[in-house]
Amino acid sequence: MANDVAVKSFYQESTNKYSGILSWLLTKDHKRIGLMYMIAILAFFVVGVIIGLLMRLELIAPGRTIMDAQTYNTLFTLHGVIMIFLFIIPGLPAIFGNFFLPIQIGARDVAFPRLNLLSWYIYIIGAILVLVSLFLPGGPIDTGWTFYIPYSVRSTTNVSMALFAAFVLGFSSILTGLNFITTVHRLRAPGMGFFKMPLFVWATYATAWIQILATPVIALTILLVILERTFGVGIFDPALGGDPILFQHMFWIYSHPAVYIMILPAMGVVSEIIPTFSRRTIFGYKAIAMSSLAIAFVGYLVWAHHMFSSGMSDTARWIFSLLTFIVALPSGVKIFNWVATMYKGSIDPQTPFLWVMNFIFLFSIGGLTGLVLGSLATDIHLTDTYFVVAHFHYVMFGGTGTIFFAALHYWFPKMFGKMYNKKFANIAVVAYFIGFNMLYFPKFIMGYMGMPRRYYDYLPQFTIYQEISTIGSWILSGTIFFIIGYLIHALKYGKKATSNPWGGVTLEWHIPSPPPLENFETIPIVTHEPYDFSQLKEMKDE
Amino acid sequence: MNNHADSAVHQIHRDDVGAKMGMWLFLFTEVLLFGGMFLVYAVYRYQYPSQFHLAAMELNTAMGTFNTIILLTSSLTVALSIAALQNGKKILSLILLSATLLFALMFMVVKYFEWTAKISHGIYPGSPELLAKHNGQILFFGLYYVMTGLHGLHVLIGMIVIAFMIVFVARDKVTTDNYVKLENSALYWHLVDLIWIFLFPLFYLIQ
Ligand code: HEM
Repeated sequence: MANDVAVKSFYQESTNKYSGILSWLLTKDHKRIGLMYMIAILAFFVVGVIIGLLMRLELIAPGRTIMDAQTYNTLFTLHGVIMIFLFIIPGLPAIFGNFFLPIQIGARDVAFPRLNLLSWYIYIIGAILVLVSLFLPGGPIDTGWTFYIPYSVRSTTNVSMALFAAFVLGFSSILTGLNFITTVHRLRAPGMGFFKMPLFVWATYATAWIQILATPVIALTILLVILERTFGVGIFDPALGGDPILFQHMFWIYSHPAVYIMILPAMGVVSEIIPTFSRRTIFGYKAIAMSSLAIAFVGYLVWAHHMFSSGMSDTARWIFSLLTFIVALPSGVKIFNWVATMYKGSIDPQTPFLWVMNFIFLFSIGGLTGLVLGSLATDIHLTDTYFVVAHFHYVMFGGTGTIFFAALHYWFPKMFGKMYNKKFANIAVVAYFIGFNMLYFPKFIMGYMGMPRRYYDYLPQFTIYQEISTIGSWILSGTIFFIIGYLIHALKYGKKATSNPWGGVTLEWHIPSPPPLENFETIPIVTHEPYDFSQLKEMKDE
Repeated sequence: MNNHADSAVHQIHRDDVGAKMGMWLFLFTEVLLFGGMFLVYAVYRYQYPSQFHLAAMELNTAMGTFNTIILLTSSLTVALSIAALQNGKKILSLILLSATLLFALMFMVVKYFEWTAKISHGIYPGSPELLAKHNGQILFFGLYYVMTGLHGLHVLIGMIVIAFMIVFVARDKVTTDNYVKLENSALYWHLVDLIWIFLFPLFYLIQ
């Protein structure tokens, strides 16, 4: 675009009168807030990865290798808490949702910019609380990220503090969700009907609903555990008439929908990337949009499949098992539509597209093994083994984590105005794939053979698998550091990116890279369907 | 440059409908928070119906009723204060808001006396007196403290919010034609009231 040069980007112009770091810390610009989330979230992700590496190192040989059992307990708890509450739940919505949701619907900002900044601060406060809980007397929390009663009441570690941190983080999540819902309802550009919204917006919108519908329940559950620890109220204590299983119900009533908070935005990103690199409108737009809502809804009714072995009636168990199979349907709808989109498209296999291929492979393994765990008979054998550990890493890390990198590679040129080294990036895709499967696939086999989760020691027959897994962890983490490295390098030395390097047609590709302060000079009037690639020609002439 | 003119418009961009929508969504999360509590209540009430009945006899229905009336009235005053402001009667609006604050304070004072009376009788979570009772009663009082405590916390927050509104109205930050902040605060206050309407029968009237 000719006027690229003339327009100042949001890096050069700020919403307040300050300059330097204050202009960021007090900003109301959704793009800057998105980037601030990115820095914080990536930092915690790296910490989580390092903890994962340490655990894998411990497991390289049977017996004590580098740490004792208690340290291992605190490490897997911290790893879980950091990865779940600080990385994967806020990851896509807070970074890419913040940055691109307003742009994709043709708005200048979110509905409540100040609240948006507040959410960031709340996130940071929650994160600091997690860190503080590590160093207070009593020691870091060792309950596992699921905080199961009765151990979480009995443990003498700093459980209350860590729980309170999760409570605070929940607030941040609720406020972001509320902000996005209002933004989508109120700030769509003229012509942008609900069914003209890009699918990433749909997915983020459905996610936002889950965020506000489910998070209060976990907030309450956490509160009750803290009260139980401080006052001994008895709600979860059988000696006083309470019921520990009630805790599990309440915990999973949130935490299962939370799984969809993690995966839905990722599916939204996939629905953006596939059409762009197939040069073809998405197949079954409405089906994909509606399946997000369907997942959000049915996702509420399956929580008890985490509890097949904790004491429920048989009727309850088969009902929840059935419902679990039903959730697979809307996910299947998406997969078929994506594949149908690629069919007869003119596929341009650039880096983001390759990441999506990675995703489809890894996520399918995660999803299919989910069915194994969702059926009662097999679950009784596999529950609480490495099979579960492998399953959820494939789903969360192989699914959402992979898409996190896909989104990063897809939108990087737009966010920073620079292009990374594509050769490096393609090598990273392959290395990631190898490392990932080496790290987690042996865990399926070990789980099947009976290796329980959350153990720092194991029987000698598992040694070979554990070794492969540990070597995989080196390859995978090495790749992750490599990616972060070449992206940071590109920030400074990368080639300047054009406003539309991939040939996308959603609104973010109509504006300069990086975008100007309020995104659009004049609010656009939307006339095209979201993935109508016939616009590409007009866009070139713009 | 028209670019600048545009951003000037954006700076004063105001969307009352949006603001209220955000507030309703927030209230929704509050309902879910207490909804979880009511669920726990329902579970244990179903499990120990007669014990709940017995324990409820120990609560002071007169004080509970008094508090219900106070809180309902405060909801009325806060609603009237909006109407007053809409009609340009700033002073009246301020008086009504102050009355709301006063009622809220009274509610908290009564609550304080109720709790201290119970505590001085040795009924509080973990007390030997309470532990000597039947499980159902232990849970009843546990829930009583947790739920009214959580509600009390909301009353406190509501008081802070209303105090802010008094300042805003006095300083003309909330005015006859820009009162969405006041409306949202009143919505919050109504919610606090509404939750009490459910707590009151569940604890005081089931004897
Ligand atoms: C290089 C990266 C990673 C490595 C090496 C790694 C490794 C591990 C290991 C060894 C465990 C403990 C298994 C056990 O003993 O039961 C574990 C648990 C876990 N991981 Fe990871 N992981 C990585 C990335 C992730 C990511 C990206 C996520 C989330 C999206 C994640 C979520 C979890 C959770 C939730 C647990 C369970 C914690 C608990 O049992 O309470 N991990 N991981």
